[in-house]
Amino acid sequence: MKIHEFQAKGILRRFGAAVPQGKVIDDAAQAARICEDFGGRCVVKAQIHAGGRGKGGGVKVASSPSEAERLADEILGMQLVTHQTGPEGQQVRQVLIEEALEIDQELYLGVTLDRAAERPLLMASRSGGMDIEEVAQSDPDAILRELIDPLLGVLPFQCRRIASGLGFEGGTARQIQSIVASVVRAYLETDASLVEINPLMVDSKGDVYALDAKMNFDDNALFRQRDVVELRDVHEENPLEVEASEHGISYIKLDGSIGCMVNGAGLAMATMDIIKLYGAEPANFLDVGGSASQEAVASAFRIILSDPAVEAVLINIFGGIARTDRIARGVVAAIDELAADGTPVGVPVVVRLEGTNVEEGRDVLERADFDFLVADGMASAAERAVESLKTRVAGS
Amino acid sequence: MSILVGESTRLIVQGITGREGLFHAMGCRDYGTDVVGGVTPGKGGSTVEGFAVWNSVERARRESGCNATLIFVPPPFAADAIMEAADAGVELIVCITEGIPVQDMVRVKAFLRGRNSRLLGPNCPGLITPGQAKVGIMPGHIHEAGNVGVISRSGTLTYEAVWQLTNEGLGQTTCVGIGGDPVNGTSFIDVLELFAGDEATEAVVLIGEIGGTAEEEAAAWIGEHLDIPVVGFIAGATAPPGRRMGHAGAIVAGGKGTAAEKKAALAAAGVLVVDSPAEMGARVATALRDRS
Repeated sequence: MKIHEFQAKGILRRFGAAVPQGKVIDDAAQAARICEDFGGRCVVKAQIHAGGRGKGGGVKVASSPSEAERLADEILGMQLVTHQTGPEGQQVRQVLIEEALEIDQELYLGVTLDRAAERPLLMASRSGGMDIEEVAQSDPDAILRELIDPLLGVLPFQCRRIASGLGFEGGTARQIQSIVASVVRAYLETDASLVEINPLMVDSKGDVYALDAKMNFDDNALFRQRDVVELRDVHEENPLEVEASEHGISYIKLDGSIGCMVNGAGLAMATMDIIKLYGAEPANFLDVGGSASQEAVASAFRIILSDPAVEAVLINIFGGIARTDRIARGVVAAIDELAADGTPVGVPVVVRLEGTNVEEGRDVLERADFDFLVADGMASAAERAVESLKTRVAGS
Repeated sequence: MSILVGESTRLIVQGITGREGLFHAMGCRDYGTDVVGGVTPGKGGSTVEGFAVWNSVERARRESGCNATLIFVPPPFAADAIMEAADAGVELIVCITEGIPVQDMVRVKAFLRGRNSRLLGPNCPGLITPGQAKVGIMPGHIHEAGNVGVISRSGTLTYEAVWQLTNEGLGQTTCVGIGGDPVNGTSFIDVLELFAGDEATEAVVLIGEIGGTAEEEAAAWIGEHLDIPVVGFIAGATAPPGRRMGHAGAIVAGGKGTAAEKKAALAAAGVLVVDSPAEMGARVATALRDRS
């Protein structure tokens, strides 16, 4: 799960990290007064989940209250396009008005899971404001690394090593040690999957602030992070993906034209891959879950078909514990249900069933009122789905 | 021959009185696995479908001599269940549970260091030695005993591979699902080492997916140590970066963990990489024919 910058800063502040003063608003009329409180200068920052907001024109400095209001008005409501939003962009619903600080140095600080070491990894560098992946590529030695003991947390000597490694001493070093400890504690205690302060800034007086903040969280841990769940902003998520998750279905919208319904994440990815190998593009990733119950199949159908780009559906189910005949009945019932609701399935549906009771399963599909294109392997299923697109184009 | 499980496996099921736990305990028993009972705290002393139930793994081990456990405990309590089994000294711990917080697994891994238990999973289908023992949720009937080892991060995609092998007339020594989470107990390399030491295993199918570097590490190990054919497939070539594809571990992050990189690493190590998931079984068949 992702949250906004201002929410991440709120969490970090709770863990003792210094962040600039700021207020989040959804009405530009409030911007001038807040700017005045900050001494007549401020930064107006679009709050969307995607990164790259500055380059996209979503972060602007105002040198007067009236300019703050004008900029807030300009940014609020805009479709902000960044390298992470896709070409359609993301609508800005809130802006953060923040005090403008004198930046002397920009650093980087981040915590994430090191999968190979199976521990949290703290990273810091003097190249703040840059993409850490770029730094890792161009100058890997510029990144300081500390593995965190999961049972002990970050240790004081590690904080000191980071501060001195970044080239600081005295009061600034102590502030860096303190913010490092806060950031690691926030990561561990909120079940974050990523905390990133980029940049971590040092001002002309040597004081340290988290100028930007990004936090992502482990979805598996949300059951014990109620405060974090409250920060969810569904406006930032694809509505179909939200609906799918409510039905226990894992769905990710893609740009192609063949809708996929598969049981199991690995098989679902493999099905997307084989569609591409046969010359078309998948419209989505969809895992109905291992059991592929009738309810899940029906919801999955609705979700797939509500994407207008879908011109054919490929169902690939390997019935393990779930019997194939029961799954076939689920598919047929879902199609009947959609027809009864006045939204009949109007695109070709290729079905590949394999596993337990497969003969009976295919029999169920044969006897149904709907003309399924039945395939007997992944390759022929993909081939038939791609073929059906061409026939549709030729016929229309 | 086989690895990890076989005729000497004595299995308990943690969470045996739950719906999933009981269903699969019966499934394993029906397949022929020696399921000696199970554990549900608070229900010790009772029996369910002929299975003895204990309150703790320690007690279950003392009274049944179990050497393997299959865990179906819900995510908030699963890490504790794994550590309880390790503390009791159970040699093989197989955790099916999906959705365990990453930090719980990080702590579990720290707890397991220096202990003698091997953890498989979590978020995995388990493992099976066809004809001898099934310790997992896979459909037993698609498997045949034979000479191909299977190792995978995925569930149903593993069934797909096994089904293709069986259709090619190729049986399996042992099929191992290591699970789709970013932090898991047993790695590709751990299982490859075991297959390398198993005389019956004459070829291996390795099924990876996007995310992390486990496949790259496996490739390096294969290049140096393994001289039987390995057929590889990596799922997720078409997955968009930055999105988690169902499995918690299946995500291309910061340009790392792509299918292309993994395939290249495997191919460079001599693995026979197939681009189509429909060709896994056929590729093993031709590889074995070429060798003989």
